[in-house]
Amino acid sequence: MIGDPADRTIAGAGAALRSGELTAAELLAAVRRRAGATEALLHAFLTLDSEGAEQAAAAADAAFAAGRDPGPLAGIPLAVKDNMCTRGIETTCGSRILAGYHPPYDATVVTRLRQAGAVIVGKTNMDEFAMGSSTENSAYGPTRNPWDPDRVPGGSSGGSAAVVAAGSALGALGSDTGGSIRQPASLCGVVGLKPTYGLVSRYGLVAFASSLDQIGPFARTVEDAATLFEAIAGHDPSDATSYRGPVPEVWPTLEAGPEGLRVGVISELAGKGNDPAVLAALGRTLAALEASGAVVRELSLPSMPYALDAYYLLAPAECSANLARFDGVRYGPRLPGDTVEQMMAASRRDGFGPEVTRRILLGTYALSAGYYEAFYGRAQKVRTLVIEDFARAFQEVDVLVCPTSPTTAFALGERTEDPLAMYLADVGTIPCNLGGLPGISVPVGLDEHGLPIGFQLLAAPLGEAALLRAARAVEVLAGFSARPALATSEVR
Amino acid sequence: MPRGTIPGVPVPIDIAKVARLARLALTPEEMERYGAQLGAILEHAASIQALAIDGVVPTAHPLPMLNALRPDEVEETLDREEVLAQAPDRDGPYFRVPPFMEEA
Repeated sequence: MIGDPADRTIAGAGAALRSGELTAAELLAAVRRRAGATEALLHAFLTLDSEGAEQAAAAADAAFAAGRDPGPLAGIPLAVKDNMCTRGIETTCGSRILAGYHPPYDATVVTRLRQAGAVIVGKTNMDEFAMGSSTENSAYGPTRNPWDPDRVPGGSSGGSAAVVAAGSALGALGSDTGGSIRQPASLCGVVGLKPTYGLVSRYGLVAFASSLDQIGPFARTVEDAATLFEAIAGHDPSDATSYRGPVPEVWPTLEAGPEGLRVGVISELAGKGNDPAVLAALGRTLAALEASGAVVRELSLPSMPYALDAYYLLAPAECSANLARFDGVRYGPRLPGDTVEQMMAASRRDGFGPEVTRRILLGTYALSAGYYEAFYGRAQKVRTLVIEDFARAFQEVDVLVCPTSPTTAFALGERTEDPLAMYLADVGTIPCNLGGLPGISVPVGLDEHGLPIGFQLLAAPLGEAALLRAARAVEVLAGFSARPALATSEVR
Repeated sequence: MPRGTIPGVPVPIDIAKVARLARLALTPEEMERYGAQLGAILEHAASIQALAIDGVVPTAHPLPMLNALRPDEVEETLDREEVLAQAPDRDGPYFRVPPFMEEA
């Protein structure tokens, strides 16, 4: 056997498990060794489920030994963001207000991973209630970037991105409300996919902004992301917003290549405001696409600069309503109070961190009498403009592209004192959520500090086939194979 | 009281009222800090006030979805004991909370 099993892809490890070259128990041991060697530095996990993981690995090995094949994720060690409910396993959303909460049920995505034979190794760190872009807003301390521990992994799904980059899991689930899968994928040099709104059930995902939230996978390759996507996508009667039609078929066209692909570069998001190294990587990737037969053109989507402002009214408004349920009545810590209102206000003040408090206040204000039309109402209209711009663009191109993040990984503490500066970093990822589109970040290079650069692709709603075909083409052309120094061998 | 304003569209932020509506028992220092931060964020967000969007239909949801209906069938629900085990305070099969109003 070559290299460390912890650095295998899901596809590679799956083949090794089926050929008998590797057992699920050995694979689990390998990712545990990696976590053991890196967690003190990275703090990417909040909770490990050693017992559950061992049982799942043993079940996969028993199935293979009996000649059964439980599916493409059988025996594959995966991690799950801590805002997805896991029965009997602490689920905190990175918040003090859910400290000690042990959900009485599994989220649908967790059930689907378990049914597919996956080995869920643990719950990953995140910005509290998925609000943030650096994982510094976790009540349990920040996660650090495997490429440079003095820098953030991005957020809010920073723990999931970091474990996949480090090799403490072969894939992971995150959630993306304004970029929380794609941005950390970009900053950690892995693939991050946000599926079309409604394609993946959110039953058991702790809600942040319900018209924007979507669960999706992190992986080291586009193919692995497609495998995870297929495992979790599809209608769920427990989620009333879940899409009822068929899941897009991505495999027939995944390897179709760049020939004839129509690529639109979003003018408003692909120019100034991005670091030179980020723009250089974008330019190189576009040139490679063009040289391989793709048709690349620039397109103007004039509503894009306003999407960020609309988002930072809509998302906090929805969050202020969703987070009303955390009141010290049914679960979580309770502070004393003479009346129920005092008890709730004290418990909430104590349980929520500064960013969540800020967004609840912002959302409450935007929805309050007298300001509703000026802020929330107008933001909803801007959302319509964004959707119309996308619809027009996708009549002319198959995918739209721009940098995932205007910068590579930034230093811990650099933006924590300036919430607005942190928000502005989401400019490239937010429009996708407002439009309900699928989007993906693919690593395409390193900057002068050796930090990964992500390339973002967007497709029309339910356009996962075109999206993943284009992402795979970019992956092949970019040939990105670098790993952080703390991962010991190359991905195969 | 700290106030944030939007250039051209002065909007006072009654942060104490907002905190009360949000059920957050903030200290005076916290109210001042959050009030100032909200002002800065809303000032940036005021860019959308400049857009000509009269007549545009607001979007609440990205995909056209109608009401999701399902057959009215009896299904398994969560185990009551398992749910109540998470409660900070309980009284038999009920969640217990402090009084809603003072006794008359």
